[in-house]
Amino acid sequence: MSIKRFLLATGIAALTFNPALADTTGITDTSIKIGNTNPYSGPASAYSAIGKTITAYMKMLNRQGGINGRTIEFISLDDGYSPPRTVQQARKLVEQEKVAFLFQTLGTPTNSAIHKYMNQKKTPHLFVATGASKWGQPKKFPWTMGFQPTYDVEGEIYAKFVLENVKDPKIAILFQNDDYGKDYRDGFLRGLGDKKDLVISMLPYEVTDPTVDSQILAMKDSGANVFFNITIPKFAAQAIRKSCEIGWKPLHLLNNVSSSVGSVLKPAGLDCSKEIITAQYQRDPTDPQWKDTAGYKEWSAFMDAELPGADRSDINYAYGYNASKLLHHTLQNCKDMTRKGIMGCAANIQGLQLPMVLPGITVNTSATDFYPIQAEQLSKFDGQKWVLFGNIIDASK
Amino acid sequence: MDLFLQLTLAGLAIGSVYACVALAVVMIYQATDHFNFAQGEMAMFSTFVAWALYQVTGSIWLSFLIAVALSFIAGIIIERVIVKPVENAPIFNQIIVFIGLLMIFNNLAGWFWEHTTKTLPSLFPKHGIESTLISTHNLGVILFTLLILGVTFCFFKFTKVGLAMRAAAANPDSARLVGISVGWMLALGWGLASAIGAVGGVLVAPIVFLEPNMMSGVLLYGFAGALLGGVNSPGGAVAGGLMVGVLENWARQYVPGGSELGLTFALILIVGVLMFKPAGLFGRVIIKRV
Amino acid sequence: MNRPNPITRKLAFSFAMLVFVGIALMFVASEYTAYQVTTALAYGIAILGLNILTGYNGQFSIGHSAFFAAGAYVSAILITFAGWHPYATLPIAAAVTFSMGFLFGFPALRLEGLYLALATFALAVATPQILKVDALEHWTGGVQGLFFDKPDPIFAGLSVDHSLYLVTWLVFVVLMVGAWMLLHSRSGRAIMAIRDNPIAASTMGINLALYKTTTFGISAMLAGVGGAFFALANSFVSPDTFNFFIAVYLLVGSVVGGIVSIPGALLGGLFYVFGQEYAEEFSNLSEMIPPPWVTFGVLLILMMYFAPFGIWGAIERGWARLKR
Repeated sequence: MSIKRFLLATGIAALTFNPALADTTGITDTSIKIGNTNPYSGPASAYSAIGKTITAYMKMLNRQGGINGRTIEFISLDDGYSPPRTVQQARKLVEQEKVAFLFQTLGTPTNSAIHKYMNQKKTPHLFVATGASKWGQPKKFPWTMGFQPTYDVEGEIYAKFVLENVKDPKIAILFQNDDYGKDYRDGFLRGLGDKKDLVISMLPYEVTDPTVDSQILAMKDSGANVFFNITIPKFAAQAIRKSCEIGWKPLHLLNNVSSSVGSVLKPAGLDCSKEIITAQYQRDPTDPQWKDTAGYKEWSAFMDAELPGADRSDINYAYGYNASKLLHHTLQNCKDMTRKGIMGCAANIQGLQLPMVLPGITVNTSATDFYPIQAEQLSKFDGQKWVLFGNIIDASK
Repeated sequence: MDLFLQLTLAGLAIGSVYACVALAVVMIYQATDHFNFAQGEMAMFSTFVAWALYQVTGSIWLSFLIAVALSFIAGIIIERVIVKPVENAPIFNQIIVFIGLLMIFNNLAGWFWEHTTKTLPSLFPKHGIESTLISTHNLGVILFTLLILGVTFCFFKFTKVGLAMRAAAANPDSARLVGISVGWMLALGWGLASAIGAVGGVLVAPIVFLEPNMMSGVLLYGFAGALLGGVNSPGGAVAGGLMVGVLENWARQYVPGGSELGLTFALILIVGVLMFKPAGLFGRVIIKRV
Repeated sequence: MNRPNPITRKLAFSFAMLVFVGIALMFVASEYTAYQVTTALAYGIAILGLNILTGYNGQFSIGHSAFFAAGAYVSAILITFAGWHPYATLPIAAAVTFSMGFLFGFPALRLEGLYLALATFALAVATPQILKVDALEHWTGGVQGLFFDKPDPIFAGLSVDHSLYLVTWLVFVVLMVGAWMLLHSRSGRAIMAIRDNPIAASTMGINLALYKTTTFGISAMLAGVGGAFFALANSFVSPDTFNFFIAVYLLVGSVVGGIVSIPGALLGGLFYVFGQEYAEEFSNLSEMIPPPWVTFGVLLILMMYFAPFGIWGAIERGWARLKR
């Protein structure tokens, strides 16, 4: 043990004294190893579509010759949405597989569990697949970077909308009883400012609950005329359908996480979903208005070639494609292929339009801005598709 | 008053699904003394099969009936092939086998059919008049469950096969002596339970939407319901399932702190009941003689 | 079921060997492996508790995740809010969970078999909900949970992971010795008598209530200590981590390791952690192979066919056959 440790210690000492020997773990001239954790099993397995999409994208890239001549070895491990398991898989990827960095690790509690670890190990923790607000802190956590618009900012957008557009709001909030749900809720409450008492009903649910029917019944009974719906797709569909069944028609604000027409609105009932409002940043695959855009065509061709049997109404496939495209762009244009260099390249993106992101919403990062996408636009469902209205709301401004 | 009624009816509707699961659980328990943890996942798998059939046939009733029939056969096969080797093993071993089945069915469903939420149409099409108190589907669920219970009750009480099954469960050795094939009675029990599970799955899918984790919450409640009602009483199991559905809704709404701890309160209540009636509300207490 | 053996030199030697093997392995294991084994040991300690309660005393529990969580949170709270040294929190975690288990043992006296299972299951299901309650958020960290650092190495030159592994291993061996001594004493015989024939045991003067509740307490205490080590290994606690499935996995580890045994607990913990790992590697070999949990489920079923007394049971029997 002692000899190995001695050598290791001197090696480390050498590295720290010689800045030119930067960390190229997982990176060679001909290959790059990328790690990922995704819930392929367990309660959040609906998001496994994202892992599948990224895996397919990497395969496609390799067939096209890789990125700048480097083949990509993409290792995606199942964490079952269980934080201890995420810790284990992340450590395996970083310490055993020696990946260059982790990409699009999914989930708020899961990423929270490895947040400190990734920064201690000075390994890039890139474009995490969650909208929690804590991923954009370059000073404290220089190795972690977010991806999508944050939940709390989205919550604020809805709150402001209510204050500006509803005369006598009585607000009911249904939220998932975990990090993600509370992030949205707290953002919304913050957006209400000193008018928090407009919220007359705030009810949680657990992912393990079979239905949210009783919560909806209670909310209707409370007389609320605004409903902020913070649920994942399955429960969002239930909530929409139940409200419809009992004849409750509040102003319905639906969190972006469940805005997919195919996975949520259709099962709930397209008619029941009329007038629902959400904040969008992506192009919904089922929306005919995008059919002829270059971005949609590109994604559609990818799906035809790589994931032919997939349920294309599931917006997760578009999400995964957007994220992959972002990584592709980052690495493609990166001169300094070391861990630190990649982090630097990720923090240096300007005006990048991703194919399945709304036109006009671009990716922007800098040394002080670790939130790649920060803009959203409100849209209302007309029974067939989401109709954008208003201006693009850019939270970075 | 409206809310109370709606909560109760909604509770009865989801409770009917718990009741189906509870009934399936009790069937296997009565016939075999096993408690099959995998019941929920098997039901979910059957529901996916029904969904796949529906994609092909376009008729929900046809798909439903075929799926139920296939589940019946599958249940028999599973009992004879997978459960039989541990028939006489300690109860823990059987439980582990069931947990293994649970994992297999849950993940196979995801592997075959993806994890995206799917819809399954209701067996009970909407009529012109829709009450806001209770939807057509929910009403259908309650009534259908009671129908199943009735059929099951008659089966056990009035048919020869039902009698044979009860005999095989109550006293296997004596049953063998009168020529009953105990092994096949066990298999039959599993087959029936799987069929009932499939019914439960198709009934619940329109309410909670179909995806691989659809039943995990439901199974827990079904288990609670079965025990509340009494595991040696099919009627009790159904009553227990219904009660759990209603209790949970009431607890959430009317008990302070219930919105966060609804399930906890419901379970505390159930355990409390069991303290006073250790064999369940309608169960028979078995006196042990030394 | 097992006739107790007298304490022999051979046994003391075996335990000493265990300690040495554990220490030796540390030199070849990477930090990641040390961490993995630590989590396996944490589960193993909890499984030991379950073995004593269910295997030796016949009381059914699918709720040990509650005690596991309690131990973890007690440790986490003391470290985060009171600045205690992580290892100092272990005795408190043990005391708290012992009391919890002991108190739970009272209502458990009235319930048997499946009904006791339901009560323990209720406890397991309630645990994440209780931990998330807004009112307690200040202490429990709410849905986010609590984050803290792993304990510093006990010797200089050891990595944090190796050090924690060593401590966990030593504690586990001590607990195994303690369990062995308990089960081979008069109390142990009483405990087993209660399992085999409660009516006869009571007739012979064994105080069922006292023994059953105390056993529950001991079992919960072990689960709590296991939970505390689990928290230390992962550097955090969060409510949804400690859901009902943990209780199921503990039971799985218990039976697969050998529910009526002490070494089975160690094997069960290792099986749970490394079984998943190998199932995953197997599944990743080809797209045609089903997902890891399917493999794991199949593995469980096969284990029950071929090793009905658990891995330890199979070892014992294999060894006995070799000796003949």
